Amino acid sequence: MKKDYFVLALGNLKHRGIRSWLTILGVFIGIAAVVALITLGNGLRDAVTGQFSSLSADKLVILNAETGMGPPGSTAITKLNEHDIEVINKVKGIEEIVPRLIRITKIEFNKETEFSYSVNLPEDKNKVEVFWGALNNIKTESGRLLKTEDRNKIVLGFGVAKNLFDKEIEAGDNVLINGKNFEVAGALEKSGSIQTNHLIIMNEKDMKELMNIGDEWDMIVVQVSDSKYTETVAEKIKEELRKDRKEDIGKEDFSVQTPLQSISGVNVILDIVNLIVAGIAAISLIIGGMGIANTMYTSVLERTKEIGIMKSIGAKNKEILYIFIIESGLLGLIGGIIGAVLGIGLAFGISGIVNLAFGSEILKVTLEYHLILGSIAFAFVIGLLSGLMPSFQASKLKPVDALRK
Amino acid sequence: METNNVIELKNVAKYYEMGDDTVRALDDVNIEIKRGDFVAIMGPSGSGKSTSMNLIGSLDLATKGNIYLDGHDIEYLEESELAQIRGKKIGFIFQQFNLIPNLTAKENVMLPMLFQEKDGAEREIRAEELLKLVELEGRMNHYPNQLSGGQQQRVAIARALANDPEVILADEPTGNLDTHTGEVVMKFLNKLNEEGKTIIIVTHNPELAKEHAKTIYSVRDGKIESVEKRVNGKWIKHR
Ligand SMILES: Nc1ncnc2c1ncn2[C@@H]1O[C@H](COP(=O)(O)OP(=O)(O)OP(=O)(O)O)[C@@H](O)[C@H]1O
Ligand SMILES: [Mg+2]
Repeated sequence: MKKDYFVLALGNLKHRGIRSWLTILGVFIGIAAVVALITLGNGLRDAVTGQFSSLSADKLVILNAETGMGPPGSTAITKLNEHDIEVINKVKGIEEIVPRLIRITKIEFNKETEFSYSVNLPEDKNKVEVFWGALNNIKTESGRLLKTEDRNKIVLGFGVAKNLFDKEIEAGDNVLINGKNFEVAGALEKSGSIQTNHLIIMNEKDMKELMNIGDEWDMIVVQVSDSKYTETVAEKIKEELRKDRKEDIGKEDFSVQTPLQSISGVNVILDIVNLIVAGIAAISLIIGGMGIANTMYTSVLERTKEIGIMKSIGAKNKEILYIFIIESGLLGLIGGIIGAVLGIGLAFGISGIVNLAFGSEILKVTLEYHLILGSIAFAFVIGLLSGLMPSFQASKLKPVDALRK
Repeated sequence: METNNVIELKNVAKYYEMGDDTVRALDDVNIEIKRGDFVAIMGPSGSGKSTSMNLIGSLDLATKGNIYLDGHDIEYLEESELAQIRGKKIGFIFQQFNLIPNLTAKENVMLPMLFQEKDGAEREIRAEELLKLVELEGRMNHYPNQLSGGQQQRVAIARALANDPEVILADEPTGNLDTHTGEVVMKFLNKLNEEGKTIIIVTHNPELAKEHAKTIYSVRDGKIESVEKRVNGKWIKHR
């Protein structure tokens, strides 16, 4: 007998044709918005998180206080040097010290000139390990990683290799760095971090030679043996450097950044992003839900007379409810499925456009099955309930009142 | 309770509260429908014909008084029991036809049987039979909007007969039809009456009532003005 009601409801939906599709449209617009917005919101959060992912709790960074302000040499700054490394090395609890160079360099390829960041690959094996660890042990997309014994070879970030020039750079190609010829050993795979995508990695010796760098470092990365003591080690390093340079507290010309410092700032950003994403999800759920409820409600309400007819020919309230529950449940389900598919398409389309505009895969969206199934279930349940409500009300009417509608 | 009356209205009133006003659509009305009778309810517009018809068919509840359906006071019936009895005992024919627009003629006729839990094959055979009876065998799979008014009313008649009810209620069944088509419908109701069904119609056409009915209730201003019965071809006033 239940099957008969199912057949009846299905036939009804089919014959209502355009009306059914309009109701489904109301449902799937809401669901598509929900799925697209939440998927994009999650992608946005991942993108923001990705930019900071290289910060780990067991590393701290020593910088010149003025680094980044004005062109190099514009202020009289004490550059970090080998002596500083010796001073830092006195502090206990340090696993590895990796001095780093980061310079903007000219890169020429295929008669085009661009600029990007060159960084040094350390010579010591343990330091190399820390170096790659800071890049999340990224793999190459083509060619191979740089080895310490390579000379005049470089490895390029994904963006440099693929997007910087009209023509893609491939492993084995030659490029000019600051006017000197280098062979490209490999290109890194796409990273979530924009910085990583813009790297040119070369050996320390090559870099010092090329840029005529003497005893100076742009920053010193310190890996501590136990991340519990990162803050303590940072304090100790500050103390030693101050002593060495004979500086007063608060007047240092260097800074020691701990992950806690930088990460607490990041966490605020992440909290805000998370809040925004949750807000977007909540708003789209409410709007989507109301859209579904509204279309379903009106589509049942305008059939109050039909309910009156059915009552006058002997339908019990229960039977009327069966028919309408099946109908609105089906409409919700179909609308939910179409909406989910459309929403996913929308999210992928938008992320594709964003990534194209940025030239790197900054906004990565992923299929989330619980979101998809959840929103289909949401459409089904809201559809069912909002169809149930008016049909319940109408079924409670006296037949004569329902017929008058 | 005398079981000879299929339906009985006893001191029934129907009031509508309209703000401060009370519209007395029916006041202290007594109607007895005998089994096998052909009753016409007559009266001017707004006199309360439809109101009494709705009460007779238990589509509406009275403000005062009692309504008995086959001896049961409908006030004491559960919603589902009343629906079941209504579907089984009474067939409705409306002035507006009131077919379900999304169902074909055949599906419309099958619907009352679904609510009486008849199985699918039986519903189909019976619906086809009934549509043949009203001479619509060629229109079984047409939707209401693909049928003329007269054809729709015949589908409605077939639907009213689906559960082989004892009583057929028709509120101005010819109101939306031309004279000729109306005549065909009335003849059909007459035939059903001859086969033993109790027929109750609302009409404001005195000729129609006099020609086909056996009992005429005249309603005016919510009250029964007179009850006439045809005895040996003569109309005799009862009340
Ligand atoms: N739902 C309602 N609310 C308020 N008043 C109503 C309602 N239904 C009917 N009435 C009033 O009750 C009275 C009787 O109405 P009813 O429909 O029974 O008349 P009728 O005899 O069928 O008239 P007609 O020949 O025009 O169909 C009228 O005065 C009408 O205005
Ligand atoms: Mg009327």
